[in-house]
Amino acid sequence: MKKAGTMLVYAILIFLTVAWLTPTLGLLVSSFRPDNEVSATGWWTAATHPTESTFTLDNYRTVLGLPAPGQVIQRGRENINLLTAVVNTLAVAVPATVIPILIAAFAAYGFAWIRFPGRRWLFILTIGLMGVPLQVSLIPVLRDYIKIGLNGTYLGVWLAHTGFGLPLAVYLLYNYISTLPKDIFESAFIDGATHFTIFVRLILPLSAPALASFATFQFLWTWNDLLVPLVFLSSNQGSQVLTQRLLGLMGSFGQDWHLLTAGAFISLLLPLAVFFGLQRYFVRGLMAGSVKQ
Amino acid sequence: MRQARPILSVLLTAAALLVLMQSYIYLRDGQMAQWLRALLAIIWGVGGLMLLFTLASNVVEQFSPRWKRRLVPILFVGPAVAIVIWYLALPAVRTLVASLYDAKGEQFVGLANYIYAFTSREMLLSFRNNFLFWLIFATLSSVIVGLVIAVMADRTNPLFEKICKAIIFMPMAISMVGASVIWRFMYEYRPAGASQIGLLNAIVVAFGGEPQAWLMQQPWNNLFLIVIMVWLQSGYAMVILSAAIKGVPVELNEAGRIDGASEVQLFFKITLPNIWGAVVTVATTIMLATLKIFDIVQSMTGGNFGTQVIANVQYTQMFRQFNYGRAAAVAIVLLLAVLPVMYYNLRQFNKRTEAF
Repeated sequence: MKKAGTMLVYAILIFLTVAWLTPTLGLLVSSFRPDNEVSATGWWTAATHPTESTFTLDNYRTVLGLPAPGQVIQRGRENINLLTAVVNTLAVAVPATVIPILIAAFAAYGFAWIRFPGRRWLFILTIGLMGVPLQVSLIPVLRDYIKIGLNGTYLGVWLAHTGFGLPLAVYLLYNYISTLPKDIFESAFIDGATHFTIFVRLILPLSAPALASFATFQFLWTWNDLLVPLVFLSSNQGSQVLTQRLLGLMGSFGQDWHLLTAGAFISLLLPLAVFFGLQRYFVRGLMAGSVKQ
Repeated sequence: MRQARPILSVLLTAAALLVLMQSYIYLRDGQMAQWLRALLAIIWGVGGLMLLFTLASNVVEQFSPRWKRRLVPILFVGPAVAIVIWYLALPAVRTLVASLYDAKGEQFVGLANYIYAFTSREMLLSFRNNFLFWLIFATLSSVIVGLVIAVMADRTNPLFEKICKAIIFMPMAISMVGASVIWRFMYEYRPAGASQIGLLNAIVVAFGGEPQAWLMQQPWNNLFLIVIMVWLQSGYAMVILSAAIKGVPVELNEAGRIDGASEVQLFFKITLPNIWGAVVTVATTIMLATLKIFDIVQSMTGGNFGTQVIANVQYTQMFRQFNYGRAAAVAIVLLLAVLPVMYYNLRQFNKRTEAF
C-alpha cells in the first residue's frame, strides 16, 4: 500500500514535469527545423521520425539579421533584425535594474540609520504604494514625458521602471540594511566618516546578498515586461525591445512558426541563464516580497 | 584655500550636470550604431547617477554641522521619495481628475466616463472575464497545482525533488509574451484532414476527435489563456509553499502517523493549517496579477473573441482610441478592483515583517 502510494506520487510528478516542459521543448525543437518541415509536420516528428527530419540554424540567422552566404530569405523577412532588439532590451534592462537599486539602497539606509523628522511617514508613503497598478500612472506620466521630451527615450523607460520598482526595492533593502549590527559603523563614525562614506564603503558591500536578490528580480521583470516599453518607448522598430518585437512578429508573421519560435527562444535565453544562475537570490527576493507584478 | 573648497565642489557639480545633459542630447540625436548607443546609454545612466550622488554628497559636506543634519537625509531619501511621488502618488490623484474630463482632457464631463466604465459592453465583458474566469480559475488552479507539487515533491528523493521543482519553476523566467508564442504554437489549429502542427490538436485528432480552433471558442477560450497563466505562476506558488511546508515541524506529522492518521488526513489536519498564511500570501499575489492581466491577452487574442480584460480596455482606450478620459476611468476602476486584495496582502505582509 505504502509502496503503491509512493509510486503514484512519482508518476504524478513525472507526468506534471513532462507536461510543464513540453511546450518549451516544442518551441526549442521547432526553432531548429526548416520552415517547410515546421509548417508540414508536428515538431514531435523530429523524435518519432528522426531520419526524415533535418535541423538548421537558418531561422536564427533570419531573425537575427545575420544570413549565411547564399541563404535565401523569404520576402518581407529580410529586416526582422532581432539583434537590435536584444541590444535595446539590454539598454533598457541593465540601467532599469541598477538605478532603482542604487536609489533604493540610499533610501533604505536613510530610513534605517539616519534620524530625521517625518521619517516614519515618508517610509510608509514610499512602500505603501507597492502594488498600485501601473495603469493608474500611465496617462499622467506619459503627459509629463511628452511635455519635457522624455517620451520614447531610454531615460524615460528607466525612470518609469525605477518608479514602479522602488517601493519593493526600498522595502527589501530596508529589511536587510536595518538589521545590520550597529557597532559596525559606530566605530567608523568615531573615526570621522560621513554617512556617505559609510554607505559606500560598508553598507553596499555588506548588503550584497539583498542587492543581488532584488537585482535578479528586477532584471527579469524589466527584461520581460511589455507594458512599460509599449507605452513609453517609441514604436519605431529600431528602438523596440524584444517583447514588443515579438508581439509585432506575432501580428505580421503569425504563421511563420519557424521564425516565431526562434525569436521567442532568443528572448528566453538570457532570462533563463540569469534565473538558473542566480536562482538562490531570486527565490530569496520572492519570499521577501510577493506583492509586486 | 579653505574657502575655495565649497565653491569648487559646487562648480564641479554644475559642470557634471552640464556634461551629463550635453551627452544626453548627443546620445539621443547623434548618429551612431545602435549597439554603441546602447552601451554608452548604459554607462551614462549608471555612471551618471553614481557621479551625481557622489558630487551631491560632496556639496552637502561643505555646510555647517547644523545644516548638514538637515541636508543629509534629503540626500539619502530625497530621490526615492521624489520618484515615488512623481510616478505613483501624484498620478493616482491626477488620473482620478482626468477620469472626470473628456477624451482630450479639456472639457469636464462629470461621471460620463464612469458610465462607460460600468455599463459598456466591453467593460461588462471584461468584468466577467477578470472576476469570473481569471480571478477564480487562474488563482485556484495555480495555488492547487503549486500546493500539490510542493506536498508531493517533499516526499520524494531529494535529487528528484530538485529537478522536478526546477522544471516547474522555470516558466517564471519567461515573459508573458514569450509564453504566448509558446502556447499559441501549442493551440495552433489546422482544418480537419490537414496535418496538425499544434500539439493539442494533434492529440485530439490522434484520439479520433475533431481539431478545434481553441482561441475562438467563446467563452472557453478564456480558460485556454488562463492555462498559460497557471503554467507561469504555479512554480511561484510551489516555491513559496514548499518553503512553508519544510518549516512545519516533522514531529507533528510523526505524532499524527503514530495515532494512525492517513497521509490525506495529515495534509488537511496538520500541514494545511500550518502553512495557511503562506497560502493566503500566494493566493492574494496571484489574484493581483490576474486582475491586472494584460500581456497574455494582448498577445494571444488582442482582447478579441470575448477575451477582453480591464487592463486591455485601458490600453486600447489610451493608445487606439486616444480617449484619455475613458482610459483614466478604467484605470481607476482597476485600482478599485485591486485595492481590497492589495490591502489584505499588505496586512499579511506586515504581520510577517512589522514593516509598517
